Amino acid sequence: MISQFFILSSKGDPLIYKDFRGDSGGRDVAELFYRKLTGLPGDESPVVMHHDDRHFIHIRHSSLYLVATTSENISPFSLLELLSRLATLLGDYCGSLSEGTISRNVALVYEILDEVLDYGYVQTTSTEMLRNFIQTEAVVSKPFSLFDLSSVGLFGAETQQSKVAPSSAASRPVLSSRSDQSQKNEVFLDVVERLSVLIASNGSLLKVDVQGEIRLKSFLPSGSEMRIGLTEEFCVGKSELRGYGPGIRVDEVSFHSSVNLDEFESHRILRLQPPQGELTVMRYQLSDDLPSPLPFRLFPSVQWDRGSGRLQVYLKLRCDLPPKSQALNVRLHLPLPRGVVSLSQELSSPEQKAELGEGALRWDLPRVQGGSQLSGLFQMDVPGLPGPPSHGPSTSAPPLGLGPASLSFELPRHTCSGLQVRFLRLSFRPCSNANPHKWVRHLSHSDAYVIRI
Amino acid sequence: MPYLGSEDVVKELKKALCNPHIQADRLRYRNVIQRVIRMPGVQEYIQQPILNGLRDKASYVRRVAVLGCAKMHNLHGDSEVDGALVNELYSLLRDQDPIVVVNCLRSLEEILKQEGGVVINKPIAHHLLNRMSKLDQWGQAEVLNFLLRYQPRSEEELFDILNLLDSFLKSSSPGVVMGATKLFLILAKKFPHVQTDVLVRVKGPLLAACSSESRELCFAALCHVRQILHSLPGHFSSHYKKFFCSYSEPHYIKLQKVEVLCELVNDENVQQVLEELRGYCTDVSADFAQAAIFAIGGIARTYTDQCVQILTELLGLRQEHITTVVVQTFRDLVWLCPQCTEAVCQALPGCEENIQDSEGKQALIWLLGVHGERIPNAPYILEDFVENVKSETFPAVKMELLTALVRLFLSRPAECQDMLGRLLYYCIEEEKNMAVRDRGLFYYRLLLVGIDEVKRILCSPKSDPSLGLLEDQAERPVNSWASDFNTLVPVYGKARWATISKCVGAEHGGSERSHTASFAVSGHLISEENKGRVQEAPDSETLMLVPNCQLTAEYFEKTWLSLEVAHQQVLPWQGEVHPDTLQMALQVVNIQTIAMSRAGSQPWKAYLSAQDDTGCLFLTELLLESENSEMQISVKQSEARTETLNSFMSVLETVIGTIGDIKS
Repeated sequence: MISQFFILSSKGDPLIYKDFRGDSGGRDVAELFYRKLTGLPGDESPVVMHHDDRHFIHIRHSSLYLVATTSENISPFSLLELLSRLATLLGDYCGSLSEGTISRNVALVYEILDEVLDYGYVQTTSTEMLRNFIQTEAVVSKPFSLFDLSSVGLFGAETQQSKVAPSSAASRPVLSSRSDQSQKNEVFLDVVERLSVLIASNGSLLKVDVQGEIRLKSFLPSGSEMRIGLTEEFCVGKSELRGYGPGIRVDEVSFHSSVNLDEFESHRILRLQPPQGELTVMRYQLSDDLPSPLPFRLFPSVQWDRGSGRLQVYLKLRCDLPPKSQALNVRLHLPLPRGVVSLSQELSSPEQKAELGEGALRWDLPRVQGGSQLSGLFQMDVPGLPGPPSHGPSTSAPPLGLGPASLSFELPRHTCSGLQVRFLRLSFRPCSNANPHKWVRHLSHSDAYVIRI
Repeated sequence: MPYLGSEDVVKELKKALCNPHIQADRLRYRNVIQRVIRMPGVQEYIQQPILNGLRDKASYVRRVAVLGCAKMHNLHGDSEVDGALVNELYSLLRDQDPIVVVNCLRSLEEILKQEGGVVINKPIAHHLLNRMSKLDQWGQAEVLNFLLRYQPRSEEELFDILNLLDSFLKSSSPGVVMGATKLFLILAKKFPHVQTDVLVRVKGPLLAACSSESRELCFAALCHVRQILHSLPGHFSSHYKKFFCSYSEPHYIKLQKVEVLCELVNDENVQQVLEELRGYCTDVSADFAQAAIFAIGGIARTYTDQCVQILTELLGLRQEHITTVVVQTFRDLVWLCPQCTEAVCQALPGCEENIQDSEGKQALIWLLGVHGERIPNAPYILEDFVENVKSETFPAVKMELLTALVRLFLSRPAECQDMLGRLLYYCIEEEKNMAVRDRGLFYYRLLLVGIDEVKRILCSPKSDPSLGLLEDQAERPVNSWASDFNTLVPVYGKARWATISKCVGAEHGGSERSHTASFAVSGHLISEENKGRVQEAPDSETLMLVPNCQLTAEYFEKTWLSLEVAHQQVLPWQGEVHPDTLQMALQVVNIQTIAMSRAGSQPWKAYLSAQDDTGCLFLTELLLESENSEMQISVKQSEARTETLNSFMSVLETVIGTIGDIKS
């Protein structure tokens, strides 16, 4: 049971405030929450806080705080889930979730809240049921941009660019203007994987962990059936065997409750009738056994002259992706010993950048092609770090406080597990005539890619 | 201030409510009933529309109307429960619409709050179980929570229910999975192997939540992992890698993960875990680095050598925030694991340059004082402190210095005598802080009495490994926390939750004590023989002692004399009693001391009182006679109930057992 729900901007301004029970506080509760949040001692978690007999539970979503208060000892899992569901729902209806969209669509947000929660109890969160009751249209502001024009080819011809969905295509309201329905027949299917890796200093792999999700965002009229075909060699569990090759193996899979698994066993096909909006069709995890080589290898060598306090770090980064793929926004973060003062660098290509900040070295590589090798030589002065005298002349040992290095990157059109969507078929009811656009995207990105030095 | 509605709004609402067909327009009906909550002066208008709404054809209207009943009830304040309405709501549990069903449960729960909430008997429970698959995830989670209060009558029924629930353990919603897990744990109270089995099955979803993209969910899951680890220490050991921190995680998650790592360590993974923790010790965030060092200190209780080596290496960094925590860890470690004293003593010299804060200085000085005879230059390090005592800002450090120096003086008198004299002179003549001055005077006079007396007082034991056992919580049975699973308790942590519920309890305490006879519900869903049993159930489950029940001695005496002894028991007891310790320990579990004999008197007696949340009083007499080494306990109870008496006895036994153990 929720007593109040409110949304705060990142600066603590209340954007939305709803009191469901009328039994507590009033609007200043939002302010109280923000004060508590900012004044929290470092070792306490902000997720759940309490004041008098009221508990504040919140999530942070696209730099907004979605907060619920309750006076009961309720399940934290359900409540957190509800808050994130609300975030998705509001995102679906308003196009995207941000301070701007929320404040432009206040009436709509209140309307949704009225339907979702009554007297502090969840009624429904399904887009299907809600759309019968939501009357207000989302207000979308579209700033004019020259970029939009660039996708129109000469004499209206289709250019290369127009075949690629613009990045903003998915961020528009699911249920808006009934007039131009035909144009909005679109489905986005994303296979997103998060990769966490830990590599020991001798290069051996200590941990690989892949968290994958198949996300669907559908703008189709609901009720239309959809079949998603996955790679046939997709195996679940350690023992299952499929196909001839090593297969694509994951440890655990869970599906959304609306997915029909009749054809999953035989053909690896998921059947579902998605509601409009966003939906996580499938989640899977994979650890320790990766079919493809890791995307990156780092070969560090450290020279540490204790006498002069000179530290030389040579980093060689090899990208083991297939040559056609590439990694974007690669950034290497290397914590340094305290008191590092100066940095001189020699980088292997001009588009790279390296700088010192917050006691760490940051090396930015905007684009790394598969199979390529990049290197950087960094020299630093660490004056205030006399080494322990007992260790004698072993000058090559790295000083304590250096490393571990962590990488962050995105791998478009690549999944680390090897899972691919073979096809996405829509079986339409006869009434709709427009041919829907289907966008299937694969993406991997790093969650924690740590290499010890 | 909550918005109460202006005159006009109230008037308009009244007008709307007067329309006999108000529920015909679903949205308008919803709007009207929703706004009713905080408007005084519309009570008499809403009853009819709500009753009409309950029987409406449209499920949407029924949903709103069902919750409207709860609103109406709460609006009337402490009014009588309307029996007809309650019956109608019970019958609506059979409604076609799943949301109406869940809303009925919620509404009944609120209306019947005084009677202990909605009653879940066998027909209702089975009906709900069968409808579960029709509900959405929120409904499922909520119904699972309501089902907690149902107790199956036979083992067969129990396992039938567990089979029905099995599929919910695989749900994709963590809320439902955790709700089902909790229900399993509670239902299978008497079958530990079933509980272990469930906890094995929930491992997957929990670990998935721990690496979830939502930080908040991840945090809640980590807290629950810790809870499980308290009972099954090896449960997540093979998955230790999942709890390695990543650079980008927020601080509170890292801290939880370090705690988890510290708890799941075993022979196979200790090497890797320590390696990982050592990496954290040099983290940019000082808080996190310190937490990691403390965690290594925790592991050191079992794997001493490896940890001490890592900690010693960290001293080489010569960083203030690291050195101070390492020294504090050493202090605790030496006390708990005397075998590492030698290694610690070798590591200490040189640390003093890198410690600036009070805690670290105290720890270092304590170590130098107690183990000074093994550290060759201990007196010279302490001498530096004595030299600079004038500029020392922390009184606690000065007091520690006094004690340490007197101790060291006993083992190495020649090197310390002069310095001790100077320090005592300074403390007595120049020091402004009274506590320090008193301490100085105390040692001065003690030294005047003679060296034997000083030895007798200061040469306390230098280590006590048994304390470690007290500090590490022993493996707790799953049942001790099963009722807290999937609530806010693990998320806050048990200790913080206790303070929270205490201050909440102080505000609301006493108001809800009335435990009236069972409310007559004559719906066809409740069979008569079942009712009494079901309502008894919540009482017998747990004993909740009320924190501040203060009885006067006279009242105690009167009640004591008027009651019969309900239970008598004898516990083993060695030696004397320390009344203060015992009183403090009892206070912790909310048992108050009415009167107690002095320490050492023969025979020794104590009178205790406690009250549980239903108002039942427990009066206790403790009697210790000198000749036989046992403690006699007699308990009297104001209402004869065996279950609560038994749980009270077990609480009392635990406390007395613990106190007895510490002494012996």
